[in-house]
Amino acid sequence: MIMNKTKSIAAGAVMLCGVLAVPFASAATTLESVKEKGHLQCGVTSGLPGFSQPDSEGNWTGIDVDTCRAVAAAIFGDAQAVEFTPLTAKERFTALQSGEIDMLSRNTTWTLTRDASLGLNFAGVNYYDGQGFLIKKELGVNDATELNGATICIQAGTTTELNLSDYFRAKGMEYQPIVFDTSEQTVQGFAAGRCDVLTSDRSQLAALRSKLQDPSSAEILPNTISKEPLGPVVRQGDDQWFNIVKWVLSAQINAEELGVTSSNADQMLKSDNPNIQRLLGTDGDMGAKLGLRDDFGYQAIKLVGNYGEMYDRNVGPDTPLGLSRGINALWTEGGIMYAPPVR
Amino acid sequence: MKKQTTDSRPSGPKPWYDPRIRALFFQIVAIALVFWGGWTLVDNTLTNMQSRGISTGFGFLEETAGFGIIMSLVPYDATMTYGRTFVVGLMNTLLVSAMGIVTATILGFIIGVARLSSNWLVAKLALVYIEVIRNIPLLLQIFFWYFAVLGSLPSPRQSVEVAGSLFLNNRGLYLPEPIPQEGFGLVWGSILVAIVAVVGLSKWAKKRQLATGEIFPTFRVGLAIVVVLPVLAYLAAGSPMTWDMPALKGFNFGGGITIIPELAALWVALSLYTASFIAEIVRSGILSVSKGQTEAAKALGLPNGRILRLVVIPQAMRVIIPPLTSQYLNLTKNSSLATAIGYPDLVAVFMGTTLNQTGQAVEVVAITMAVYLTISLLISLFMNIYNRAVAIKER
Repeated sequence: MIMNKTKSIAAGAVMLCGVLAVPFASAATTLESVKEKGHLQCGVTSGLPGFSQPDSEGNWTGIDVDTCRAVAAAIFGDAQAVEFTPLTAKERFTALQSGEIDMLSRNTTWTLTRDASLGLNFAGVNYYDGQGFLIKKELGVNDATELNGATICIQAGTTTELNLSDYFRAKGMEYQPIVFDTSEQTVQGFAAGRCDVLTSDRSQLAALRSKLQDPSSAEILPNTISKEPLGPVVRQGDDQWFNIVKWVLSAQINAEELGVTSSNADQMLKSDNPNIQRLLGTDGDMGAKLGLRDDFGYQAIKLVGNYGEMYDRNVGPDTPLGLSRGINALWTEGGIMYAPPVR
Repeated sequence: MKKQTTDSRPSGPKPWYDPRIRALFFQIVAIALVFWGGWTLVDNTLTNMQSRGISTGFGFLEETAGFGIIMSLVPYDATMTYGRTFVVGLMNTLLVSAMGIVTATILGFIIGVARLSSNWLVAKLALVYIEVIRNIPLLLQIFFWYFAVLGSLPSPRQSVEVAGSLFLNNRGLYLPEPIPQEGFGLVWGSILVAIVAVVGLSKWAKKRQLATGEIFPTFRVGLAIVVVLPVLAYLAAGSPMTWDMPALKGFNFGGGITIIPELAALWVALSLYTASFIAEIVRSGILSVSKGQTEAAKALGLPNGRILRLVVIPQAMRVIIPPLTSQYLNLTKNSSLATAIGYPDLVAVFMGTTLNQTGQAVEVVAITMAVYLTISLLISLFMNIYNRAVAIKER
C-alpha cells in the first residue's frame, strides 16, 4: 500500500517537473525557430474572400495570405512553406502572444492600445481601410446619419465595436448591437433579418456582401466612420523578426514603385538601377542585415509578386470584391502607400 | 529527551522504516511540490508577460468600456466601465440559467412521468422526445432554434400583432411594460398579506387533517387568495398602474419589454435539451420506488394523482436530486454557448469583447473561471441542503 502510494507520488513529481521544465527552455529567436520548423506559422482569418480564404482543396488565397507567403519566400525561397492557423477576431492576439503563431496577418487594425499594451508590434500596413455600413436596399437608407434606432450586426472583439459606439454617441443616435463570434455568423444574422445593418471595415463589407445569396439586395453606405490601417503583427521583443516582416512588406511596395514584378524579376536581376540591385540582392548585403539571404527581396517578388500584383490578384477591380486602389495606390499615383527605401 | 525515548524502545523501527513517518514525509514533499509548481506557473506567467510588454493587473476594470450591449438587466451604456460589462454579462448568464433551470425541471418532470404512463401513445411520444433531443448536440439545437425561428418571423414592419399591444417579429417579442404609479404600495402590501394568509391556511389545514382526517383543498383556496386579494387591492387603490406600450419607431419597436430572439432561442434550446436528461433521471427515480409502495397506497384507496404526489415522488426524490444537481450545473455551463448566437452572456461580453478590447487575457479568464466555479458550487450547496431536507431520516 505504502509502496504504491510512494510510487505514484514519485511518478507524479516526475511528471510535474516535466511539465514545468518546458517554460524554462531557453527561448530561441523567432527566425531560428521558424527555420528549425521548416515553415512559417501564420495566423489568418477563418474565411474572408480576398483576404484569406481556403478553397475546396485547402489552398489559402488572399492578400493577407500572400503577405505570409512573401515572408516565407524571403526566408526559405519557398512561398509554400507556410502553415495557416485560422483565427477569430477574439482569438488572434492570444494566439500570437502565446507563440502559437509566428506572425498574424489577419486584417488587424493598428491602434495605440494594441501596439502599447498587448505585447505586440505592427509591422506595417498592407491595406488602408475604414469602417462602413452594409444595409439592405429595401430599407431605403442612403446615409449613415439616418440609422438612428437601427439594429446592427457586428463581429466580436474588433475595433469596429468601439468605433460604432463612438459614432452613434457623437451623433446623438441610438442603436442595438448584435455581436457574433465569427464573420460567417454575422452575415448569417444579417441575411436572416436579425439586424438592419452590418458594420465592418469597408473591404470586409465588400467580401461579406459577395457571400450573400443575392449580393445586389444590399449596398454599402457612402460613409466611412473610422481609419483602419490593417497589417501584419508580430510579438514584441524580437526586433530581428519585426524587421524581417516589416521589410518584406516594404520590399513588395518598393518593387511596385520600381516596376519589378514576379514576371520580370529575372530580367531585372541584370538592371543597372542601384535601387533595383539593392532590392533584388545583386548589390549590397541588405538581406544579411536582416539575418536573411541577400536575395530575400528577389524571392518574395519572384514567388509572390509586388504589392500591386498582390492587390490586383486578391481584392482589385477584376476580382469579385472589385475594390479600386483608392488610397491604397502608391504615393506616386495619388495614394498613400509609401515604403521606406531599401538602402 | 529524544535520546531517552529511543533508548526506551530499542526494538522500534528506524524513522525511515516507520510507515507513519514515511507517509508524513511524502505528504509534505507532495504538498511542497504542488505549491512550488503553482508558484512557478504564476511567476513564470508574470515574468513572460512582463518581458513581452503585456500589461497586467485588474486596473482595466475601472476603464471605460466604450461598446454597446443589446440587453442588460442593470443600467448600462457605452460610457460605463469594464467592471460594469462584467456585471451585465454575469446577470444575463444568471437570468438565462435560472429561466432554463425552471422550465427544464417542469418539462423534465412531466416528460419523465409521461415516459412511464400506461397510455402507449404518451409513453412512446415521451420516449421519442428523449431519444431525439438528447442525442443531438446542443450547439446545433441552439442554431436551429435561433436561425429557424428568426428566418420564419416577419420583419418589424410586418410584425405579428396581438390586440395592438403585443408584437412579434424577427427582432423579438415586444410586450407592454407595467409601470407602477403612486398607491401601488397597497398592492404589494396585499400580496404580502395573501402570502401570510396562505401559510397560515396550510398550517391550519394540516392540523385539521391530522385531527379529523378531512382534506381541505389548500392549493385551490390558496391560489384564489393570492389572486383575489391583490386584484381587490389594485381596484381599491384606483388602478395605480400605467402601461408603456411598444410602438414602431423608425427601424424597430421602442418602449415596453423586449424578449430578444437570442434569449428566446437559448432558453428554449437549453430547456428542451436539459429536460430530456431530467426526464430520464425522473424516470429512474420513480422506477426505484418499490412497486409495493404504489400497491399499498392503492389498497388504501388513494387516487392515482395523490399516489404519485404523496407516495412515489417523495421517495423518488432521494434518487433524483443528486443527478439533477449535475444537470443544473451542466445547464448553467452550457449557457456559455450563447456566444455563438450573440446573446450577451458572461462569456460573450466579458471573455469575448472585454478580453479583446483590453487584451488582459489572464485576468479575464481567471475571473470568468472563478465565476463559473462559484455559481456551480452555490448550486451544489443549495441542492445538497435541499437533499438533506428531503432525505429519509432514519431515527
